[in-house]
Amino acid sequence: MQGNEACALGALAAGVRFYAGYPITPSTEIAEILSIELPKVGGVFIQMEDEIASLSAVIGASLGGLKAMTATSGPGFSLMQESIGYAAIAEVPCVIVNVQRLGPSTGQPTSPAQGDVMQARWGTHGDHPIIALCPSSVRESYELTILAFNFSEKYRTPVILLLDEVVGHLRERVELPAPGSMEVMERLRPVVPPEWYFPYEEGAMDVPPLAPFGEGYRYHVTGLLHDRAGFPTQRLDEIGPWLQRVNRKIELGLDDIGRTVEENTEDARAVIVAYGATARSAREAMHLARQKRRKVGLLKLLTIWPFPEMAIDRLVQDTNVETIIVPEMNLGQLRLEVERVVRGRATVCGVNRADGEMIPPQQILEALGCGK
Amino acid sequence: MAETNNNHVIYKYLRSKKKFPSVWCAGCGIGTIMGALIRAIDRLGLEKDDVALVSGIGCSGRLPVYVDFNTLHTTHGRALAFATGLKLARPKMEVIVIMGDGDALAIGGNHFIHAARRNIDMTAIVINNSIYGMTGGQVSPATPTGDFATTAPYGNIEQPFDIARLAEAAGAVFVARSTAYHAMELDKLFEQAIVKKGFAVVEAVSQCPVSYGKMNRSGSAVDMLRWQKDNTMRVEAWGKLPPEERAHKISRGVLVNREGVPEYVEEYYQIIERAKMA
Repeated sequence: MQGNEACALGALAAGVRFYAGYPITPSTEIAEILSIELPKVGGVFIQMEDEIASLSAVIGASLGGLKAMTATSGPGFSLMQESIGYAAIAEVPCVIVNVQRLGPSTGQPTSPAQGDVMQARWGTHGDHPIIALCPSSVRESYELTILAFNFSEKYRTPVILLLDEVVGHLRERVELPAPGSMEVMERLRPVVPPEWYFPYEEGAMDVPPLAPFGEGYRYHVTGLLHDRAGFPTQRLDEIGPWLQRVNRKIELGLDDIGRTVEENTEDARAVIVAYGATARSAREAMHLARQKRRKVGLLKLLTIWPFPEMAIDRLVQDTNVETIIVPEMNLGQLRLEVERVVRGRATVCGVNRADGEMIPPQQILEALGCGK
Repeated sequence: MAETNNNHVIYKYLRSKKKFPSVWCAGCGIGTIMGALIRAIDRLGLEKDDVALVSGIGCSGRLPVYVDFNTLHTTHGRALAFATGLKLARPKMEVIVIMGDGDALAIGGNHFIHAARRNIDMTAIVINNSIYGMTGGQVSPATPTGDFATTAPYGNIEQPFDIARLAEAAGAVFVARSTAYHAMELDKLFEQAIVKKGFAVVEAVSQCPVSYGKMNRSGSAVDMLRWQKDNTMRVEAWGKLPPEERAHKISRGVLVNREGVPEYVEEYYQIIERAKMA
């Protein structure tokens, strides 16, 4: 099975009922599969006129009460930034899959890259919360798609699933989790009468319930800064708390959202921090190094945004870790985040290439010498 | 303060305690057009829960704030795309999209022609005031050639879109046009457009005495409304004019009303039925 296929199947397992998209390599298989499968389960697939329209339609469908998603690659992801900001400010659950290819611009459509890491975090204007997940295998592609839907529904936020061309097109034998074995979450719906309902009310959990359109809760949704009822506001005492709440809801959820996998870190003197397809090379490099009796560990990031700071901090807090290697198919986008958290407690070295080729384990092994 | 008749039908639909006064300038035509829309919805006896008003950005984009329906104020130009998702998720909902001329035809032009081509069942109202009002009077794709705008200080050298003909060519099954002056005609056209199955477009010509009027010495709001009265005529009468005279008058009424064109939502739900059985 292919990574893109696993993503489509994961979405179905998560309960997706609406897909809107625009064809783009290397993500198109996701659209093709869902165009066949969605109507079988009563869901809707539509090919829109561009990526802007695609994510806009997804947000409309989500407000109609459906779990909704789109999939694209770099150039389309650039166009979607406008609606990502809208989904973040209007707090509408949705999943955006970006199967990364080499950029910038049209770049190289069939070559892998991890160049959209910072765009996933800060691509849309203004301070906004975002969640981004990064699978490194076909199975993770399935699992993290379900997780992406769960997070989007639970936290009322857009969630970005960053695949790369390697993971998207990779075929491997895979045993998917048994149907029903993974938890599938639904958004909280209001239980109060309509006149008591405020779609943006500050509550105990920072994530207010969301009523679908057409079920008696007539409220206003806007991309303008708004009050608890959803109406535009310019009042400082409404704008400030709102902006704090939407960012806080993700920060406070970091224990739940920040997923990482550690291997051989207990005794490690060097740790490779990797994500996506690069984590595969990193794992191989770790094994090769261990064969040479080098104490090397791996920290694989499944969540990259919000940045899983605690996991990095643990690596260097009262441990023997002297070196952290961050291999990326970009010029060092996430390395800066690692450096920020490490604060000089270990040497952080990047292994980077952005020429459309994967980073081979050998290149990471060579870098393991960089911090002595 | 002027006396208001609280028994008037629009009070049944206004979120009157919440967000008034409106953002619109004195003399603006959008409020009149909103009144016509409310009368149409009331006459059709639609439940508030079953109506969604979706808008883009600009003066017209603020309209949904004031009315008690499911209201969605989207991004600039994208109202039809948001509405497409909502309509497909809630096929029984009456989805009415409010756009301005810049909103629908410039930044949203692509979505406009594709929604029409798809023939998706919704009502698209283009409030055409020939200008970008909210940003202070810049030239729009509906600004007549030769008119002035803050970004056409030497006069507009571009050709404006004919909204009705564009909609027709793109595939809209119902196209109508009227003006803020003809509000009592406009509400009937809105009624017909809402009832029509498929993509129905109504161009509602409006006056912007502040941003457009000042640049073009159009006079007061009353003068601009009088212009709407004097320069438009019913399409039936317009059709009888000699061709050379038609260019000087704008036709009003139902301009296109096609039958038998497959509607997108209905077609897709048939696919669902077939796929479920397979």
